[in-house]
Amino acid sequence: MGRKLLTEHINVEGINTFEVYRKHGGYRSVEKALKTMTPDEVVEEVKKSGLRGRGGAGFPTGMKWSFLAKPEGVPRYLVCNADESEPGTFKDRQLMSKLPHLLIEGMITGSYALGARTSYIYIRGELLYVLRILEKAIAEAYAAGFLGENILGSGYSLDLHVHPGAGAYICGEETALLESLEGKRGNPRNKPPFPAVQGLYARPTVVNNVETIAAVVPIINEGGDEYAKLGVGKSTGTKLISACGHLNKPGIYEIELGVPVEEFIYSDEYCGGIWKGRDLKAVVAGGSSVPILPKELILKTAAGENRLMTYESLSDGGFVTGTMLGSGGFIAMDETTCIVKNTWNFSRFYHHESCGQCSPCREGTGWLEKVLHRLEHGHGSMHDIDLLVSVAKQIEGNTICPLGEAAAWPVAAAVRHFRHEFEWHVTNPKEATAPGAAYRGAAVLA
Amino acid sequence: MAKITFDGIEVEVPDGTTILNAARQIGGGVVPPAMCYYTPLKGSGGKCRACLVKVSAGSAKDPRPMPKLVASCITTVQDGMVVENTINQQVLDVRKGIVEMLLINHPLDCPVCDQAGECDLQDFAFEHGVGTTRYEEERRTFEKIDIGPLIQLHMTRCILCYRCVYTANQITDNRVHGVLGRGDASEIGTYIENIIDNDFSGNVIDVCPVGALTDKTFRFKQRVWFTKPVNAHRDCTHEKCGGRVTLWYKGKDVLRVTARKDEYGEVKEWICNECRFDKKETADWVLEGPAHINRASVIAQNHYELPVVNPQVIQDLPESTTRELERNPPLRLGGLNN
Repeated sequence: MGRKLLTEHINVEGINTFEVYRKHGGYRSVEKALKTMTPDEVVEEVKKSGLRGRGGAGFPTGMKWSFLAKPEGVPRYLVCNADESEPGTFKDRQLMSKLPHLLIEGMITGSYALGARTSYIYIRGELLYVLRILEKAIAEAYAAGFLGENILGSGYSLDLHVHPGAGAYICGEETALLESLEGKRGNPRNKPPFPAVQGLYARPTVVNNVETIAAVVPIINEGGDEYAKLGVGKSTGTKLISACGHLNKPGIYEIELGVPVEEFIYSDEYCGGIWKGRDLKAVVAGGSSVPILPKELILKTAAGENRLMTYESLSDGGFVTGTMLGSGGFIAMDETTCIVKNTWNFSRFYHHESCGQCSPCREGTGWLEKVLHRLEHGHGSMHDIDLLVSVAKQIEGNTICPLGEAAAWPVAAAVRHFRHEFEWHVTNPKEATAPGAAYRGAAVLA
Repeated sequence: MAKITFDGIEVEVPDGTTILNAARQIGGGVVPPAMCYYTPLKGSGGKCRACLVKVSAGSAKDPRPMPKLVASCITTVQDGMVVENTINQQVLDVRKGIVEMLLINHPLDCPVCDQAGECDLQDFAFEHGVGTTRYEEERRTFEKIDIGPLIQLHMTRCILCYRCVYTANQITDNRVHGVLGRGDASEIGTYIENIIDNDFSGNVIDVCPVGALTDKTFRFKQRVWFTKPVNAHRDCTHEKCGGRVTLWYKGKDVLRVTARKDEYGEVKEWICNECRFDKKETADWVLEGPAHINRASVIAQNHYELPVVNPQVIQDLPESTTRELERNPPLRLGGLNN
């Protein structure tokens, strides 16, 4: 059983209250940072830990913090991206609703490190009940003197606000989030300038995922070096994986990075294997936007090595035979899954969520969805399969923000690895469109 | 100052200049197309992706290529930057794709569109597109909305460049229209069919690159290539209006009035609605002479000229390059050999 740095006390009765959380060692990192460390030392500790962004991009957090511009007399902001809305990803929701004070503690420590006097948690609009929990927890933190003026007599003051979005996936993109937070339409900004230079209200801003900010707490408590001892290579520490799909034990697992994918799927400590004794067909390892991989490639790399739950191992082979750890939204699909239908479903989501600002994404996501709809319903042609790849290629890399890639990668990967299923939908439309139909034949078509 | 190489041509431009504007200083066929960028409008650009270029060397300090194509209209130059536009196949392929994407929901109703002949998308598709489409699905349509007596909105033609929104934001006091909805269901609209009514609202017609916003007072009156544009001015009492316009004549009648545009279709000076809609008599104006017509416009039929490379921005051009430029239009050296 690996170490639990974030979720050790998640099942303790009343842990979402200040009193119980404090009793279990809560807010120690705030005390330690404010009383014994300078802001730069906190940043250094995060750098040492090797912590990488847990929202999906995997960018080194300490480095991101050190990029923050610090002009004299200009306010700076730390913004927590709690707009978790990618299909298959549901770890932050759980973390915030069960351990709201862990996030608040991370926000205080992080804000202190960055010199922010006002910080925000931008939460997904649909998570109203979590918003209430967070607001209550923030009020408790204010009452206990951990937020507000002169925290713990250190001279450092911080105001923390929770801001609900209106339910748009695009507002999870950091610059669209900042636009939305400013009260504007949630359209991503062109970069540069990056938020570290001109973010919220055109001021230097750091945007971090919920889990990233929560991970700052154990890093400061135990030291960056201790945190870096966990994990493998450049993938240090622990990671929350939200596992769903055809698994015996779907749920949220805190794993030490480096667990073999096979062990994660099949061992009783984690997902307990594929339900009903069925065979695994495919896995989307990091939320719906990362490339799907067939069983053979998710368990082992193309070179035949065991695939590990790390940033490096999962991306081994690039987008030809690899994928990404992403946000940790682990979706397992058994042999009864129709890949075409699944891809169409993902595509529907991205079509619906594109902000419409730039042409390739606005028009391309809709085009992909319509072609997939046709294929799934038995009206497609062989030409359509190549068309999907071509349109995905036209979107990828040519858009303002990564939503274009998020829409294109799953489609391109599905065609790359499961082309025979798409062809089956063209050659046997009646069979393929029957309720519950899924391709189970040999993957060879003349 | 920063020295950049654009399509093999060196040019020196002030720091902070965008790649697109650096290319415009060279001029001619090397200039990337732009469907959403509009120099006078702050914040415009980056949306249509028509001007994507390949940066094969970031700068003299860091000569690594940029991993993705970049929007030239919003990317500033760095000293030593090397940019590829017309000489890069990837850029040309992507541009074909952008034309295809833009034409998915833009109807080809040029025969009945007032913008025909002066439409940026026509030019863009002609220069970079292909003759067929691979799109077989249903096109989006919109409920027609009335936005007042002066401006006609054809939402089906809109390519969501946001220029009209920026225009209303930046040169009028009360913007009542904007982008509603999301993704390919986005549309330009007013809040509960508000009428766009302020002294400068007509400028949204001039900035629209397609036929989505057209002049209601000019609707179906005449094809632009049968009209004669003449520059004129008047002493306008409106403090923000320069009073310098282009009158579009058919015979002796002034059919419409527009702001003056430069060779990239960008308005030089905004004009008020009084000049645009109310002053349609020659007697209202002091005529200056025929307006210069953009080479890409069909209005210039039978008056085609090769675009000119400005010799002042190209120092010490090697003779081999000069010969190459002469041999291979669309570039011509202005003032040197002609």
